[in-house]
Amino acid sequence: MNTSDTQGTVKSYVLGFLFSLLLTLASFFVVFQGVLAKRALSYTIIGLALLQALIQVFLFLHLGKEDKPRWKVLTFLFMLSVVLIIVLGSLWIMSNLDYNLMPRS
Amino acid sequence: MMHAKAIHMEEMHSRTYFGFWTYLMTDCVLFATLFATYAVLHNNTYGGPSGRELFSLPFALTESLILLTSSFTCGLSMLGAHRNEKSKVIGWFAVTFLLGICFLAMEWHEFAKLVREGNSWRSNAFLSSYFTLVGTHGLHVAIGLLWMVILLIPVMRRGLRPVSIKRLTCLRLFWHFLDVVWIFIFTFVYLKAG
Repeated sequence: MNTSDTQGTVKSYVLGFLFSLLLTLASFFVVFQGVLAKRALSYTIIGLALLQALIQVFLFLHLGKEDKPRWKVLTFLFMLSVVLIIVLGSLWIMSNLDYNLMPRS
Repeated sequence: MMHAKAIHMEEMHSRTYFGFWTYLMTDCVLFATLFATYAVLHNNTYGGPSGRELFSLPFALTESLILLTSSFTCGLSMLGAHRNEKSKVIGWFAVTFLLGICFLAMEWHEFAKLVREGNSWRSNAFLSSYFTLVGTHGLHVAIGLLWMVILLIPVMRRGLRPVSIKRLTCLRLFWHFLDVVWIFIFTFVYLKAG
């Protein structure tokens, strides 16, 4: 069996840390400076958050370093699909409810 | 004979890691439900102040940086563990622990300030979902810190044994996971409000 669940390298940790630091500061300053329009701002910070999460999942949690069969990747993808259904589904249903419960003049 | 035993241990450990990984995935689903709740309710302030008026962005940024650094030092500590350097493990975990305490203290301060100013979880749906989401993450951090103390006492007393490396590795995964969840709290709760 593999040992890679347990091991990273100094390099992977330093890289992960620096990238995360940069991305956190970038998303902070994008919001703090207020240069972007509301919609563009939302997409930018969500993009930066997803990127940072992926970097940490690969460089800190070492996903994808295991030998085949890749059960960790499989459970990760399953988790992602459940999370997407829960979050997007809730937002979709609730916005429809809001719309349908709006008082009609 | 020794070799076969080592392989057996390795296999047992990697099963433990997979089990723990699966737990983390289910915890992600727990957080997803709380995020969904927050996303649905964050505008329902019942006439009270919105997130923009309540949250301080530089404060939240400081919390993020503290937690990120602690995730990094936790990883460094485990690199020491695989080279059997006990002092490195204890040193870096001590740094991680202190950063974790700082993070919790800041969060406590923030919660206390909100409640003192009359914006508790009982005020409106927005604040209920906010306290539940951020509080659940804080509770995880508190449990992680307690776990750290429990695991490090035997390491200090009896040194690094294979079983302590196994347990500390699970703790390391847990700690990195908490930082990943915090990225989304920072973005969707604090930055989105600001």
